[in-house]
Amino acid sequence: MQLVLEKRAERSNTIALVSPLIAIGLTIVTMIILFAILGKNPLLALHAYFVAPLTDGYSLQEIAVKATPLVMIAIGLSLCYLANAWNIGAEGQFLIGAVAGSWIAVKTQGTDAGAWVLPAMLVLAAAAGALYALIPAICKVKFGASEILTSLMLVYVADLFLDYLVRGPWRDPHGFNFPTTAEFDPVATVPLLIEGGRLHLGSIIALLVVAAAAILLGRTIKGFEIRVVGAAPRAARFGGFNANQLIILTFAVSGALAGLAGIIEVAGPVGHLQPGISPGYGFTAIIVAFLGRLNPLGILIAGLFLALTFIGGEQAQIAMKIPLDVTKVFQGILLFYVLACDSLILYRFKLVFPNRQVARGTG
Amino acid sequence: MRKSLLALAAGLLLAGSVSAASAADKLKVGFIYLGPIGDLGWTYQHDVGRQALVKELGDKIETTYLENVPEGPDAERAIEQLVRAGNKLIFTTSFGYMDPTLKVAKKYPNVHFEHATGYKRDKNMSTYSAKWYQGRYIQGLIAAKMSKSGVLGYIGSFPIPEVVSGINATILAAQTINPNIKVKIIWANTWFDPGKEADAAKALIDQGADVIMQHTDSPAAMQIASERGKLAFGQDSEMIKFGPKTQLTSILDTWGPYYIDRVKAELAGTWKSEDTWGGLDSHMFAMAPYTNMPDDVKKMAEDAQAAITAGKLHPFKCPIVAQDGKTVECKGGANLDDGQILGMNFYVKGIDDKLPGK
Repeated sequence: MQLVLEKRAERSNTIALVSPLIAIGLTIVTMIILFAILGKNPLLALHAYFVAPLTDGYSLQEIAVKATPLVMIAIGLSLCYLANAWNIGAEGQFLIGAVAGSWIAVKTQGTDAGAWVLPAMLVLAAAAGALYALIPAICKVKFGASEILTSLMLVYVADLFLDYLVRGPWRDPHGFNFPTTAEFDPVATVPLLIEGGRLHLGSIIALLVVAAAAILLGRTIKGFEIRVVGAAPRAARFGGFNANQLIILTFAVSGALAGLAGIIEVAGPVGHLQPGISPGYGFTAIIVAFLGRLNPLGILIAGLFLALTFIGGEQAQIAMKIPLDVTKVFQGILLFYVLACDSLILYRFKLVFPNRQVARGTG
Repeated sequence: MRKSLLALAAGLLLAGSVSAASAADKLKVGFIYLGPIGDLGWTYQHDVGRQALVKELGDKIETTYLENVPEGPDAERAIEQLVRAGNKLIFTTSFGYMDPTLKVAKKYPNVHFEHATGYKRDKNMSTYSAKWYQGRYIQGLIAAKMSKSGVLGYIGSFPIPEVVSGINATILAAQTINPNIKVKIIWANTWFDPGKEADAAKALIDQGADVIMQHTDSPAAMQIASERGKLAFGQDSEMIKFGPKTQLTSILDTWGPYYIDRVKAELAGTWKSEDTWGGLDSHMFAMAPYTNMPDDVKKMAEDAQAAITAGKLHPFKCPIVAQDGKTVECKGGANLDDGQILGMNFYVKGIDDKLPGK
């Protein structure tokens, strides 16, 4: 008797819906075992992770703040991935957007520049992110260079460029040499939505982006093109869709969204440009995009869920002294189960009882 | 089955709430750590301080910490989480938490904050730091005696005044032994990244350095120096187990007494915003035993330590000549004043390198 994975004749839609739930269920079971091994009360721990952060306004705000960049970047990435264009460099586009937008903030610092500053920063950041993403896209289309490699390598270029700026020309003259610009002026800051909180306009922008992506993919011919080119390249060619054009387009949109997320983070929660503005948002967003199965609404939920694990992880550290590493293990286990359960959409387990005679015949 | 599960759940929750109630009347003290508590350097020493605090006042207080909190957008939230969890005195233990701490301090005027190594204060926000440059001066003397090549290797973190004054103190001391001493400096641009720190140590040794000193937090450089048969100084903590034949001494951060003092003040209701900058005389830091050196060098180091502690020897004794050849204005009478050291933004003469951003 043996257990084999057998390809299904067609995708199972039931499993497609249930699979994330199975994954979360398995994750929770695994975590309960892990907490028990660590000598922590599993129920209280799960409460700290999943329930406590959802029960007060403050944590809900923080979840939204943390999810904002993740969702915006992941939406852009999902368009790329649907069209079979592999943008791995959202982190770099995020940083370049932050740098480009900050340029206006730094140059207008201390002047009486008016309300145009923030909108200009957002537009410039999106444009810069898009242009930066076009580099790997054009290299791919013109020269056939792997966009996975080029987009990834450009992350480090962006990182070092930002580093140079805040250590050199843009350094806060009163900052004792610490690598950071001065705090942005109020006109260069993303407005807060709730007095005394941290929820900012960026979260609204992220929701608009989700809605726009849902409309694009569900209701427009461009969206249809993106999905066809990704799912059935041959059919797309017969249909007269231009795959190269779509690579350029999806890279540009995804770069623009990452750039926008970058400046919103800098002009919002951080308030100035410094190294380390991104704790890996551009990479975490790849996970968010796939957890959300490249679907706008799914990405919104996945982004919020991942943010919940961060906030819950902190609260578990405070309330139960559960080490941060456990939170990381937890996120890893979740991704592992999601991918594992996803294979059940296309495959199924089957018990095979080998026929004795055949078994003898084959030795 | 179901019933018993429910009963179990209720019992567990009840147990949780009971323990929460008994903790309610204790003073809650929070800590924000930059690295993992197992970094064996900076964060580790802060946690050793916290443990000393618990040992001394454990019946009156309850401590909580958040580790691995990056100096970016997450810091403000982490600090606020501690406030919201009921902590009344919060230590934020890295320079990069300065602005986030200040923001949260303004929002919660009834909570007291203590920020390590920064310069911004408020009615409810103190700062505390140590005059590590005094220890660096002693290291400079030892390094110049022990180096055969006359080249020292220095791993910097960020070119902020605390680090720059450490480099200057080292070189000023070394020049009193060997006027031609050279120093190679590599900026790791991180406080804690064992991989980068190890690479920096390798590069420095390849450039001829035979004594390695660091202003980063992990023992990685000590391990590399040990593998290559060179000498090195530890940082923040006792690192001799990573280089039994390598470590000359180490600047040991000893935060425990300070933490105990401040918490006692909080308990007594006498806490107020202060700026503490303690040296060898105030036990804010200590020197690890002087090892792997001849007796005469050891004696020299001990004498220098005694002289600094007694206030007879000041590492920044005037005249100080900057790299550009100009003598630095002497604002403190016989020595540079504290403000000049806290804002130090120049290399002294004899450092054949350019300060980043200058």
